[in-house]
Amino acid sequence: MSRQPQRALTEGPWVRALLISVALAFIGLFLLLPLIVVFTEALRNGVLPYLAAIREPDAVSALLLSLKIVAIVVPINVTFGIFAAWAIAKFRFPGRSLLVSLIDLPFAVSPVISGLVYVLLLGSRGVMGPLLQDWDIQIIFALPGMVLATLFVTFPFVARELIALMEQQGNDEEYAARTLGAGGWQIFLRVTLPNIKWALLYGALLSAARALGEFGAVSVVSAMCAATPTPCRCRSKSCTTNINFRQRSPWRRCWLCLRW
Amino acid sequence: MNSLAQQRRTLPGFGLAMGVTITYLSLIVLLPLATMLLSSLGNGPAFWWQAVSSPRVLAALRLSFGASMAAAAVDVVFGLIIAWVLVRYRFVGRRWFDALIDLPFALPTAVAGITLSALYAGNGWLGQYLEPWGIKVAFTRLGVFVALVFVALPFIVRTVQPVLLDLDKECEEAAATLGASRWQTFRQVLWPSLAPALLTGFTMALARAVGEYGSVIFIAGNLPRVSEIAPLLITIKLEQYDYVGAAAIGSAMLLLSFVLLLVLNLLQRRLQRVQR
Repeated sequence: MSRQPQRALTEGPWVRALLISVALAFIGLFLLLPLIVVFTEALRNGVLPYLAAIREPDAVSALLLSLKIVAIVVPINVTFGIFAAWAIAKFRFPGRSLLVSLIDLPFAVSPVISGLVYVLLLGSRGVMGPLLQDWDIQIIFALPGMVLATLFVTFPFVARELIALMEQQGNDEEYAARTLGAGGWQIFLRVTLPNIKWALLYGALLSAARALGEFGAVSVVSAMCAATPTPCRCRSKSCTTNINFRQRSPWRRCWLCLRW
Repeated sequence: MNSLAQQRRTLPGFGLAMGVTITYLSLIVLLPLATMLLSSLGNGPAFWWQAVSSPRVLAALRLSFGASMAAAAVDVVFGLIIAWVLVRYRFVGRRWFDALIDLPFALPTAVAGITLSALYAGNGWLGQYLEPWGIKVAFTRLGVFVALVFVALPFIVRTVQPVLLDLDKECEEAAATLGASRWQTFRQVLWPSLAPALLTGFTMALARAVGEYGSVIFIAGNLPRVSEIAPLLITIKLEQYDYVGAAAIGSAMLLLSFVLLLVLNLLQRRLQRVQR
């Protein structure tokens, strides 16, 4: 800081010291300590067992499955987020705030419930179950079910980021482009997209993080496969949820590094 | 603000964007949720009430909502202090601590739960010092609370931080020139702008904490009627193929969260009106 903080504009040295130590103590206790435990547990037996653990077939297939889900979910979220943000941030219409709260709804719903609703809708004893069975389509306990549950949970992330930013930016630049004769796609690609690209990236990252880390929703959609003999695709699934701590933490570590 | 018709004429894509949004929203969110509400009443309202009012379910709901509110309240206090310190003060490692706040977002919830229970178990790093004092954290209700504090913290910090950054220094300077003490300035100049953000943060933290599953079940011990949370009860019912029972608990949770969010939103509106 260039100028000396004046007395009346900041707290006394004791208060500052107290606040800083309270904040750091809380962060240390609740955030730093768990992080240290993750690292030490993962590397407890040295680097070689750690590498062996992430090369185990179960671990690899679980990892691939998680990445597959992310690869499907994130582009869908991005596409939908752009459409929703365009409709909500660029136009005023009746029922707009209702639509915004509906988009936020999955935040307020337990991940377990988001898994449950799909079991109730698409499971073998669910509403659409018999129909799907006739056509021999397996959704619950298989990849599509996990994708759907993850979609539900990560649904608001991109849209939220974009709506906040686009509302703040207003429509002026788009109007200007319009008066200069630009078409719809031209406006979007040349004017809007460059303005929102960082928020878009951040939203995509957030939803990818949540998709990778989601446990409740996905485990419900796949939970019963341990108890009942369902198709073998389940096996790879149960790895994502049951994979033990030490196997899982290594690639979590890569993820944390990526994020920071 | 010009009218909708005018806006539609000037900017294209309203119909397309709106259509896609509503279709997607209905298919992914509304239709499945409606299915759950309908099938929860599959055996009649009396059955629904019976399923929801059993002592085990009531205890689970009470724990879920009680522990979430306590955790969100604690996080509001410490989250405000953390956000204040991170925004206003300069100290060594500030950026690292700032990055650390996002950890609960980045860590998969199951890993978080296992880590916390390893930390607080009787032979864990913290548990071995707490247990001689008679404080048991892992596998008790206190464990549920600790896990929820961990999960909900970033919501408060990340909502308050931008508001603090945005505050005009001029208002504080004006208050200081008028002879206000630091505490008076905080109480009367800063607090009215911070309160709505804190309430928003509290709401989001609460919503997340009520539904949290992965990180809680590993540290809670999951004793029926003692440390069993409502989302876990749903998965238990599902494993027993009690679909209607699971849907009943799910709809009860949904209803309770709705009422809570509604109350908090009304409070928020009143706060903003007072501010104006």
